Amino acid sequence: MIIATYVKHVPDAEARLAVEGGRIDVDEAAYALDGMDEYGVEAAVRLKETGVATEVVAVALGPARAEAALRTALAIGADRAVLLETDAELDPLAQAGPLADAVRESGAALLLVGGKQADWDSAALGPAIAEALGWPLCDWTTELALDGDVVVAVHDVDDGSEAWRARLPVVVTTQQGLNEPRYPTLPNIMKAKRKPLDRRDLAGVQARSATLAASLPSRARRGVRLEGDAASVAEELVRRLRDEAKALPEASR
Amino acid sequence: MILVAIDHADGAPRRSSLELVAAARALAAPGEALAGVVVGGREATAVAEAIAGHLPRVLLAQGDELERPSHERRTSALAAAARDTGAEVVLLAANRGGQAVGPRLAMRLAGALLEDLTAVRREEGALVGERLAYLARAGLTVRAEARPAVVSMKPGAFEVAEPAATVGEIVRVEVAPERGDDVAGLGAHHAAQRGRVALEEAEAVVCGGRGLGDAESFERHVVGLAADLGGGVASTRAVVDAGWRAFEEQVGQTGKSVSPKLYVALGVSGAVQHLSGMNRSGTVVAVNKDGDAPIFRVADYAVVGDVHEVVPALRAALAALRQR
Repeated sequence: MIIATYVKHVPDAEARLAVEGGRIDVDEAAYALDGMDEYGVEAAVRLKETGVATEVVAVALGPARAEAALRTALAIGADRAVLLETDAELDPLAQAGPLADAVRESGAALLLVGGKQADWDSAALGPAIAEALGWPLCDWTTELALDGDVVVAVHDVDDGSEAWRARLPVVVTTQQGLNEPRYPTLPNIMKAKRKPLDRRDLAGVQARSATLAASLPSRARRGVRLEGDAASVAEELVRRLRDEAKALPEASR
Repeated sequence: MILVAIDHADGAPRRSSLELVAAARALAAPGEALAGVVVGGREATAVAEAIAGHLPRVLLAQGDELERPSHERRTSALAAAARDTGAEVVLLAANRGGQAVGPRLAMRLAGALLEDLTAVRREEGALVGERLAYLARAGLTVRAEARPAVVSMKPGAFEVAEPAATVGEIVRVEVAPERGDDVAGLGAHHAAQRGRVALEEAEAVVCGGRGLGDAESFERHVVGLAADLGGGVASTRAVVDAGWRAFEEQVGQTGKSVSPKLYVALGVSGAVQHLSGMNRSGTVVAVNKDGDAPIFRVADYAVVGDVHEVVPALRAALAALRQR
C-alpha cells in the first residue's frame, strides 16, 4: 500500500509577523514544515517501517520554497516528493482538486494531512481533499493502525473521543498525540537531497475565497495586578469580576 | 435564503446553534428567508421543536442512520437541504464537526468556504468575514468568491439568539445517501466517551498548567474551581504531555480554541501556542508565582502568587458570595 502525506511550509510559532500591503509578511528564514503535518509524515514512515506500507509519497502545493518542507519529509523517511508549484494564494478549497489529483496519481490508498495549518489556522484542507477524492475522513486522529485494509483509529469529536473504522481508501487528519516525530539525522538529511522530487507547475486554478486585508490585532486588557495575602487578593478579585468585569457566570452566583 | 445547521447534544440545540441564529438574523437582508436544518436520529424531533421557537422554518432530516451521523452523511443531509431551499448562505458552528463538514459541503455545492469567522457581513452582495490566522496572532478579512457561501462561525462570536415571536413550521426532508457515504459504514462511529461541559461552549473555563506541580493538585484546584464556576476544565500541552490530563482538554494550537466570558489560567506560563487557543476570551484571570510569566501580558487580572494558596482563598470568596 502506498501512503501520501501532505506537507505545508509555514512560519514557525515564534516568527515575527508584519503587515505589508494588506498581507501578512514573514521572513522566509522562519518557515519550516508544519508541525501538524509532521505527525502525518512520522505515522506514514512508521507504517512503512512495520511493513504495512510499501511507499511514502510527500505532497506539497505552494511556492518554490515549499521544497524545504518536502526535503524535511524526505529526511524523516518519505521515499519521494511531489510539488505542485504556484505563487498564487489559493484557499484550501481551491487547492483540494489539484492535490486530490496528485494523490490519485500516486496510487495512494491513505492520505495523511495535518489537522490545522499554522499559517491560516485552517482545518479545511483534509476534509476538502477527502470530498474531492470521495473518500471518508477521520479527523483529529490520535491513534492510527491498519487491520488488513481497514483503518482502525481513535479521533476527537466535540464531546470527547471516538473509535473509528473504515475500509481504505481514507483521508486521516493528524494532530499532537498521534506520535512523537523523530528528528532527522544528518545522514538522512544528506540522503533526502538525492531523493526524487517531481515539480509541476500549477496554473489556471480559480480561488474560491480571497483575502482582502490583514491586521495584527491586540486586545486591550485591563492589566490589573493583584498582590498580597491570598484571602484579600481573592476577595478583591471576586469583587472586581462581579462588579467591574461582570464576568462571573450565572452558575457561580 | 440563509440556512442554519442546527447542531445538537442530548436532545437540545447546542449553544453555538443559537448563536448561529443570531448571526443569521444579523446577516439577513430585509425580507430574506431564514431556515434551520436539524440532522439526527430519534432525538432530532425534540431539537427541531426547540429551534422552531427561534426560526420561521425548520427542515428535519431524521432517520436511524442519521443518529450520530458520519461527516459524510451529515454533509449529504445538509447538501440536500441547501439545494432544496436554494440557500445562498449556509451557517455552521466552527466546532470539530462543523470544521469537518463545512469544507465537504462547500465542495459538494461548488461554493466557497469562509471558515472559523469571528464576524460576518455582506458587502455588495458578497459574504465578507473576519478570521484569525497565524496561531490567532493576525486577523484576516476574507471574501467568498463563489456561491453558495458555506460559513463556519467561531463559537462565542455571537450572543445566543432570543426566541422569535412566533413558532416556525417543521418540514420533514428525505435524504438519500450520496456518493461515498457508505464507505465509512463499517460501524464507523462508536459512542464517544462523553466529557463534561463542552469546552468551546462553556461560559467559564479554568485552565491548569505545569505550575500546579502534580495531577492531584490539578484535580483539586482546577477541577474544583471549574465546578464552582459551572465551567469547563482545560489543560496546557505541558500538562497533557506529562500525562496528568486527557488530550480532549488541551487548549492551544494543537488543542481547542476557546473564547469564554471568563478564562482563569492557573500555573500557566503562557507559551504563544497556548495563547493562540485562548486570547479571544472575555475576561482573563491569571495566577502565577512568576511575575514575569507571558500569560500576564494577556491578563485582565494578574495575581502574582502561589496557586495552592490563591485558589482555596478564591473558592472561599466565591462561596461567601453565594451565601449572601
